[in-house]
Amino acid sequence: MVEALTIVLAMGVTRSWRAALIGTAVALVALAAVVAALGPALTVIPIESLRLVVGALLLVFGLQWLRKAILRASSWRALRDEEAVFAREAAEARTAAREERGGLDWYAFTISFKGVLLEGLEVAFIVITFGSAQGSIPLAAAGALAALAIVVVAGTVARGPLSRVPENTLAFAVGVMLTTFGIFWGAEGAGVEWPGDDAALLGVLAFVLLVSLGFVTALRRRRLATA
Amino acid sequence: MKRFAKFWWDFLVGDDWRFAVSIVLAFALTAVLATTSVPAWWLLPLAVAAVLWLSLRRAV
Repeated sequence: MVEALTIVLAMGVTRSWRAALIGTAVALVALAAVVAALGPALTVIPIESLRLVVGALLLVFGLQWLRKAILRASSWRALRDEEAVFAREAAEARTAAREERGGLDWYAFTISFKGVLLEGLEVAFIVITFGSAQGSIPLAAAGALAALAIVVVAGTVARGPLSRVPENTLAFAVGVMLTTFGIFWGAEGAGVEWPGDDAALLGVLAFVLLVSLGFVTALRRRRLATA
Repeated sequence: MKRFAKFWWDFLVGDDWRFAVSIVLAFALTAVLATTSVPAWWLLPLAVAAVLWLSLRRAV
């Protein structure tokens, strides 16, 4: 969401607020349609099969987040710099040709639309998987909308890219949570009976967190040794 | 069409395809073990930790 906000801000400041905001609104409608179409379809799948599929997807998806966050936290990959991304997007927007379609600056509209849609697909995916596995997609969607409102308010107050948000810490936390739920639900779907039933979720969370922090420490040491 | 396929590949598989394949294999092993009398709950967390570490090692 922070990445999408940076793109929309760059388009609004350098090109056209109207086109950037309409592009954002159209992308949000498309994302709502994805959730509305896929969500109910998933709920008709038997719960065991659903948890296996959702668990596997969450695990693959969560491990990608966790892997990137660990590499960034251990300095093997550069941290994302929202100020630099904003400056790059703004520079490209200033030099792009002006083309009007439907009364809109087409460049600002399409870049905002694509940015919000692609970044938002991750959120939609999380809403669909968590919502369907727990039987409450509207509640999961409400949580995502609340997060979106916080990001928009923060961006409005800051009047610029959210460069002070500890983005990698958030990505690390999300990666740990997605991986934890992926392991828990996926294993249940594969026929595993967890000792302690749902309480085992806390044990899995602690395991994933400790292992991930251990990997950060090990890779940081390795980085220092090779520097 | 090619860009669309690439988007979904990046979205679901990401930087390291071996990652996704290993996870699918870990699920299959867990499902097989769950059909026996041996407890299977420990297998997936350990497999995930191992797969993550191997992927990180390849990345550095």
